[in-house]
Amino acid sequence: MDADRVFKALADASRRRLIDILNAHDGQTLSDLCVHHDMTRQAVTQHLNILEAAGLVVTVWRGREKLHFLNPVPLQEIYDRWIRKFERSRLKAIHDLKRRLEGTHDG
Amino acid sequence: MARSSFVYVIYISATSERVWRALLDGEFTRRYWGHDNVSDWQPGSTWEHRRADNTHAVRLVGEVIESNPPHRLVITWAEPKDKVHRSRHSRVAFEIEPVGDMVRLTVTHDELEAGSEMEQNIKNGWPRVLSSMKSLLETGRPLETWAS
Repeated sequence: MDADRVFKALADASRRRLIDILNAHDGQTLSDLCVHHDMTRQAVTQHLNILEAAGLVVTVWRGREKLHFLNPVPLQEIYDRWIRKFERSRLKAIHDLKRRLEGTHDG
Repeated sequence: MARSSFVYVIYISATSERVWRALLDGEFTRRYWGHDNVSDWQPGSTWEHRRADNTHAVRLVGEVIESNPPHRLVITWAEPKDKVHRSRHSRVAFEIEPVGDMVRLTVTHDELEAGSEMEQNIKNGWPRVLSSMKSLLETGRPLETWAS
């Protein structure tokens, strides 16, 4: 994962919207995706290219159709790298509370 | 019944052979996935996904469709109760391609029942499983919250 590319790809509302649209309904053609946008086909294509270069969108040919799939794996990697560690203390507190409530001390 | 498809891609700094083993070898899968994948991985054989604890509970079953080590593996995927109901199996293809000194692993999961619990589980599951596998292969440590 190229984290710079992923963060740059995410730093645009239209591209985040495309991610949401694909998350709701995966595997869409360019024409399908243009229906949701007040943008030219060319602009949507450019956004999709940036998302694809960041690894957030993967394209697959099915017959004559090029389908766009959301690849959430780079987002998971960012979560693992940048978010999870800040949750650790909270998770530990919940874990400690659970142990105390259950009256066990062996984990 | 509407069917849905998902495609996941991850780049891993490892050889194709190691990634192949990481997918199939229970010694590996239990460390990053919390489950053992068990089969002889020959086309036509069954495979099972068993919880890596004392219960060894079978969580998923399926059939091996295609096996071309270390490049391409295709399996079916179902809940144990649907083992004999082949029409209810979904399908997973793993493709491993070298890219420079890394490999690109593509997981294509299709023929899923749209709106099903299985669909939701795999959407939540694959990114975590793949990220954990990458972590194990590259650093020797899986993601710590996975096995719980």
